[in-house]
Amino acid sequence: MRKLNYFFGTLMGLTLLLFGCKPGGDGSGNGALASSAAEKVYVAPGEQDEFYAFLSGGYSGNLTVYGLPSGRMFKEIPVFSQFPTSGYGYSEETKPMLNTSHGFIPWDDLHHPDISQTNGELDGRWIFVNGNNTPRIARISLSTFETEEIIEIPNSAGNHSSAFITENTEYVIAGTRFAVPVPQRDMPINEYKGNFKGALSFISVNPEDGRLDLKFQVMMPGFNYDLSHPGRGKSHGWHFFSTYNTEEANSLMEVNSSQNDKDFIAAINWKKIEEFVNNGGGTKMATNYAHNVYNEETHTGTSTMVKEVLTVDPTEVPGAVFFLPTPKSPHGCDVDPSGEYIIGAGKLSADLTVHSFTKMLEAIEAEKFDGEAYGIPILKFEDVMAGVVKSGGLGPLHTEFDSSGNAYTTFFISSEVVKWKLETWEVVDRKPTFYSVGHLMIPGGNSRKPFGKYVVAMNKITKDRYLPTGPEMEHSAQIYDISGEKMELIYDFPTHGEPHYAAGCPADLLRANSKKIYRLDENKHPYAVTSPDQARVERNGNEVHIYMSTIRSHFTPDNIEGVKVGDKVYFHITNHEQDFDVPHGFSMLGQNTSEILVMPGQTKTSVWEPKQVGVWPFYCTDFCSALHQEMQGYVRVSPANANIDLSWSLGE
Amino acid sequence: MKINFAILCFLISLFLVSCGGKQEKKSDGFSVDRTKSTEQTEATTPETNEVPASERITLDNKGVGQIKNLPLDPEINMEMVEAGGALFKTNCTACHKIDKRFIGPSPTGILKRRSPEWIMNMILDPQLMVEQDRCAKDLLVEFNGAAMANQNITVEEARSILEYFRTLE
Repeated sequence: MRKLNYFFGTLMGLTLLLFGCKPGGDGSGNGALASSAAEKVYVAPGEQDEFYAFLSGGYSGNLTVYGLPSGRMFKEIPVFSQFPTSGYGYSEETKPMLNTSHGFIPWDDLHHPDISQTNGELDGRWIFVNGNNTPRIARISLSTFETEEIIEIPNSAGNHSSAFITENTEYVIAGTRFAVPVPQRDMPINEYKGNFKGALSFISVNPEDGRLDLKFQVMMPGFNYDLSHPGRGKSHGWHFFSTYNTEEANSLMEVNSSQNDKDFIAAINWKKIEEFVNNGGGTKMATNYAHNVYNEETHTGTSTMVKEVLTVDPTEVPGAVFFLPTPKSPHGCDVDPSGEYIIGAGKLSADLTVHSFTKMLEAIEAEKFDGEAYGIPILKFEDVMAGVVKSGGLGPLHTEFDSSGNAYTTFFISSEVVKWKLETWEVVDRKPTFYSVGHLMIPGGNSRKPFGKYVVAMNKITKDRYLPTGPEMEHSAQIYDISGEKMELIYDFPTHGEPHYAAGCPADLLRANSKKIYRLDENKHPYAVTSPDQARVERNGNEVHIYMSTIRSHFTPDNIEGVKVGDKVYFHITNHEQDFDVPHGFSMLGQNTSEILVMPGQTKTSVWEPKQVGVWPFYCTDFCSALHQEMQGYVRVSPANANIDLSWSLGE
Repeated sequence: MKINFAILCFLISLFLVSCGGKQEKKSDGFSVDRTKSTEQTEATTPETNEVPASERITLDNKGVGQIKNLPLDPEINMEMVEAGGALFKTNCTACHKIDKRFIGPSPTGILKRRSPEWIMNMILDPQLMVEQDRCAKDLLVEFNGAAMANQNITVEEARSILEYFRTLE
C-alpha cells in the first residue's frame, strides 16, 4: 500500500512537473539561451530601437507604433476612432476626418498597414491603412505621424483586401470582402447569386503630396475578396486577390462557402485597365462618398462629398483579369520579393499553394483555360502552380519573406510559424506561437527588400502569457530572431486592440524626418493668434469665439466675462511653444466633448455650450512645467438675458 | 456615559457655532503675515542676498553656450531691429513685456545688466543656462520657477532679437 502511494505520488509529481513546465517550454528553456534572448531585445535606457513597427489596432480603429526589438509602444495614432487623448475626432478641426456618406462615424476596424514604396523598396513617406467596416482608406504622414487623409470607398463592404500599395506607390488598392448590390438597392437577399458584385478599387496616390483619388473600380463577380498583394519586379503592374465564397452563398457561410474544393486567386493586370480608362474606357456611375483631407498648414480637415465613380466591367478589357484556382478558401495572398511567386494560404488546408507568375503568363499566352466564371477566364491549376509546401501544420494564413529566399508562414490552428524555402518548398524550421497566430511581419517583408532580422507574430489568443486582467486580455505579440538557420523566440509583448497586419522599417528611414514642432510662422489656421496681443473674444450672435494663446504656464486671456447661457463658445487655442514635445492641453468644466492636446505651434478648437450660470474653470491637461497646476483660468457665465459686455484679461 | 454625553454636546455646539456665523459679509481675502521668500534653502541661495538677480549687473558674465564672444557694432542695424521685434512679438511676449515685469523680466535696458553673449545663450538654450549659469539659475528662482521656454530660435534670429533689445532703453 505504502509502495503504491509512493508510486502514485511520484507519478503525480512527474506529471505536475511536466505540465508545469509547458508554458515555459517555448524554446528558451535553459538559462544560457534565456540570457542571450534578453540581450537581443534589451534596449538600454537612453538608447533607441533598430526598427519601427506599425501594428494595426483592429477594433480600436487606430494604429500603434512600437520599437523593435524592445516591443516598447511609442504612440497610438488615431485614424478611424475618436481619441480623447489628443482630441482627434472631437476637435472642430478633426471632426470632418470622420465624415462619411453615412454621416459622422466615430469608429472603424483598422486592419492592414502598408508603407509607401519607391522601386519596390520602403521609402518611409506615408503609411496606408484600411477601415474594414464602413469602407475607407487612410493615409498617415510618417513625418507628423498624423492621419492626413481618409477616402471612403463606395460600392464596397467589408473593405478587407486592402490597403496594399503598388511598388512605386502608384495605387493603394482596396478590395471588398462582402459582395453587395451595385448600386445599392432594395432586393431579396437570396437573389445574391449572379446579382451582387465585388468592387476592387484602385486609388491613385499623388507622388508629390500623397493625395488620394479613386481612379477606377473593377466590378468583379460577387465573390469575397479576402486579401491581396501587389506584384513586384517582373510582376509589377499586376495585383493578386484571394477569394472565398465562389459558391456565392448568402447564408450559413461557415458551411456554404466551403463547398468548392478550390476557390480562386484573381490576377488583375491593373496597368492594362489603367490604359483602358486613360483612353476613355469605363462607365461613370452616380454614387456618394466622402473624401476628407487634413491640411498641415491650417491644422484643419475638410470633408468633400464626391458624386461619381468610374467603373470597369472586366470582360470589356480582354487579357486583364484571370482566375487562378487555389485550394480551400485561400486567405493570405502574398508575393515573394522577386515577384515570381504568389502564395495562396488555403486556410482550411495543411498545405500552401504557390503559383508561378511566369507559368501564369505562359498559360495566358497559350490560352490554356479551364472554363470561365462570368466571362473571366479560369486558368488550369496544374499550369500555374509552381509547388506545394507540405507544411505539416494546420490553417495557414499569412506569409512574409526574408532576403535570403526563405518564407515564413503562420498557422492559426496549429499555432506556429513555419519557415520554408522558396523553390525547393521544403520546411526548414517551425516554432510554436502563444497562441493562435494571425498575421506576422518582417520589416520590409512585403517589398523587394526585406530586412530579415526579426519576425513579429501577432496572436489572437493570449490566455496565460501575462498576469490575468479579467476575461479580456490584450493580444500577445511575439518576436523571433530569424537571423540564423533556426528561428528563436526572444520576446513576448502585449499589443493594443487587435493587431491584424503590421508594417515595419529601419528606424533610420523615419527618424530624421520626424517633425518636432509646427512652426508658428507657418501656422495658417484661420483662428490662430501668432502673438499674444492678438488674443481676443468676439461675439457673433450666440457664437462666441475665444482666440487664445498658451505658453508655459498660462492662457492668454485667462479671465473671460460676458458669456451667456445658450451661447456656443469656441476656444481656438494656439500653442506658442516652439520646443519639441511641449504640448498644452485644454479642458472646460461641463464640456460635452473631450479635452484637446495642442502641439507646439498648432491651433485647435474646442466647443463648449454652457448650460448653467456660474464661474467655470478651465485648465491645461498636460503637465507642462513646474507651474502646470497654475495653468488655469475662469469663464463667467451670465443668464441669457444679462447685460454684461464681453471682456477678457490676463494679469489685470 | 455621562462624559460621552458631555463630549457629544460640546461637539454639537462647535458644529452650531461654525455653521451659524455670518458668512455673507464680502470677504476681501485673507492675508498671512509672512514675507514670501524662496531664498531660504541652501540649494537656491543666490550669490548675494542684497540684489535680486533681475537687478544684478553681470556684464562680465558671458553665460554658458555656443556664443563665446560677440562684439557689437556701435551702429544699431535697423533692419535687424525690425526682424528681431517681429520675432520677439511672436515668440516672447507671452512672458516678457517691454513696459513691465511679467512672467519673466522685462528686456528693457537689459544690455545695461547683461552681456550680449549671455543674452544670446539664454535665448538659444535656456535649459542649459539654468543648469549651469548662476545668474540664470537665480532668475528662475526669483521668477517663481517659471522656466524660460526654448523657442527654437536660430542664432541669426537671436542676434536680431538682441539688436532689437538694444533699442529698448
